Amino acid sequence: MAAAFVVGAVFILLLGDSPIETYSLLIGSALSWPDGIGYTLFYATPLIFTGLAVALAFRCGLLNIGAEGQLVMGAFAAAWAGITFAGLPALALVPLCFLAAMLMGGFWGAVPGVLRARFGAHEVITTIMMNFIAVALASYFTQYHYKEAGDAILQTAPIGESARIARLGKFIPGLPERIPLNVAFFVALAACVLVWLFLWKTRWGFAIRATGANPAAAEYGGISTGRQIVLAMAVSGALAGMVGINDVLGYRYRYYDGFSAGFGFTGIAVALLGRNHPAGVALAALLFGAFLRGGLFVDIFTEHVSKDLVLVLQAVIILFVAAESIFRGRRQVASRKV
Amino acid sequence: MADIFKIALLFSTIRLATPLLLAALGGLYSERSGVINIGLEGMMLAGAFTAAVVTHFAGNPWIGLLAAIAVGAAVALVHAFVCIQCRADQVVTGTAINILFLALPALLSGAMFQSTGATPQIPQQDLMPVAPILLAFAMVPITWYVLSATPFGLRLRAVGENPEAADTAGIRVLAMRYKGVVISGMLAAIGGAYLSIGQSSLFTRNMTAGRGFIALAALIFGKWRPVQTMLACLLFGLAEAISIQMQGVVNIPVEFIQMVPYVLTIVVLAGFIGRSRPPRALGIPYEKR
Repeated sequence: MAAAFVVGAVFILLLGDSPIETYSLLIGSALSWPDGIGYTLFYATPLIFTGLAVALAFRCGLLNIGAEGQLVMGAFAAAWAGITFAGLPALALVPLCFLAAMLMGGFWGAVPGVLRARFGAHEVITTIMMNFIAVALASYFTQYHYKEAGDAILQTAPIGESARIARLGKFIPGLPERIPLNVAFFVALAACVLVWLFLWKTRWGFAIRATGANPAAAEYGGISTGRQIVLAMAVSGALAGMVGINDVLGYRYRYYDGFSAGFGFTGIAVALLGRNHPAGVALAALLFGAFLRGGLFVDIFTEHVSKDLVLVLQAVIILFVAAESIFRGRRQVASRKV
Repeated sequence: MADIFKIALLFSTIRLATPLLLAALGGLYSERSGVINIGLEGMMLAGAFTAAVVTHFAGNPWIGLLAAIAVGAAVALVHAFVCIQCRADQVVTGTAINILFLALPALLSGAMFQSTGATPQIPQQDLMPVAPILLAFAMVPITWYVLSATPFGLRLRAVGENPEAADTAGIRVLAMRYKGVVISGMLAAIGGAYLSIGQSSLFTRNMTAGRGFIALAALIFGKWRPVQTMLACLLFGLAEAISIQMQGVVNIPVEFIQMVPYVLTIVVLAGFIGRSRPPRALGIPYEKR
């Protein structure tokens, strides 16, 4: 971590700005009340979901590069449900939209799981391919079937009023409602607890971790590793799909093509930095959420440094964390047979 | 009329296949040595950006190309060091490389040219629209020959299939893998350079738009063999050419034609059309015992 900031500082110096000023701007703007903290938590929400998705798959020895595609499909499904069943009352429609996001994301995750378990196709490649297919499909359906006539922007029609979930500004004094932080943040925190319970307190979680730790031993112990792979990928995809709840139900109230700022890929960094543990994932997501928020200010208020600094930091952190795992004597990912 | 259309389609296919082919052949050297290279996309971007910047300042595309190759090799060296020396997860490292070179060119061009990721336009006479195409297609028989008939190629394949046996036979496994990865970075960078100083005349943010991943798909579709990989690149180039030329002509939405490479890759990887078997030691770091 510290090393990544040093590398970042070198870049800032080379670009001709002061690292101290840039970093204090980055951190200060991310932690100010209410805007800084509100937006930091808002940006952290999708990263908690994708971080959990990647971490859960990691625990099964799988690398889910496909969170990006799964969250696109999940978000589109949430919007589809919110548009199609717009007439339903909130009590029925909101859970329906949740379910649509999770099922669609879960399906998009389960397909590579089945391809891996049944046909031996490596999940890294298939999930990358599924990402591109997801983006193409979602933009096709948005463009040709769910766009409002005459809308120049590639986005669907708005979802029904009753599908919207509340912004936290409604409940928290001092937090203005224009800040898009919404109930999905608490859903994300709940998901952390549930994933922890699932992985460490249930039979299925045990089987998934056993498959990840040592597939041969798991198989010998009577665990069907193929089934665990499909299960882990489906749950992972469902978690990624829940990103749609934050963006579609809590922020834009429609599916907007290209809404994801690479949340699925940042999820890999989040999981890695969080050591594939739900608590670590939540903390790492907060850090990267703060980066996303602070990056916008760095973009505006420094002379030379743009918000891409944040992505550079993220990449360098991934490199360092990936490289150092060897020095800790245990590998983050069980060595996978391709 | 129909003939002109067909010839235009042919040329467009070759042009579009060229960056894919360079990157895919690059991936081939890395992966046959046993190192996964998801970072092709990032290496292409590094090459594209370097070529555009250096050509802009030097006024000579060859210097730009050489600089791109050097930077591609340097980036690959980072990937190689983290994967081979630190035995980090190769996919994770490659993903980091991709993120890094999505951001770094934008960061640098912002500081150098006060733009949001684009470099200045390069004048027409300073472009090299043909040389990379010839190079790409010349690399196919060269790669085939190197892999199948030279000691270097035999050793490269040996460390990718069975590093323990190769080590026992006196081959320096880690050094061979370094070479494989560095060659892949250089070729991917040429592929990227072709995009910025061949096909177009400047670098724009994320100008590869997933071509590194399509190259990877072509490599798998081509079963990690040079000639088949070239055919796969031509097929994917054709898909792109059709999707460009058909825009608004026929009633198939562009999105579906764009999906073709990805769907085909999944199909072939799942073994529905012949099995595509990766090098046996692909993705597994080697530890000397």
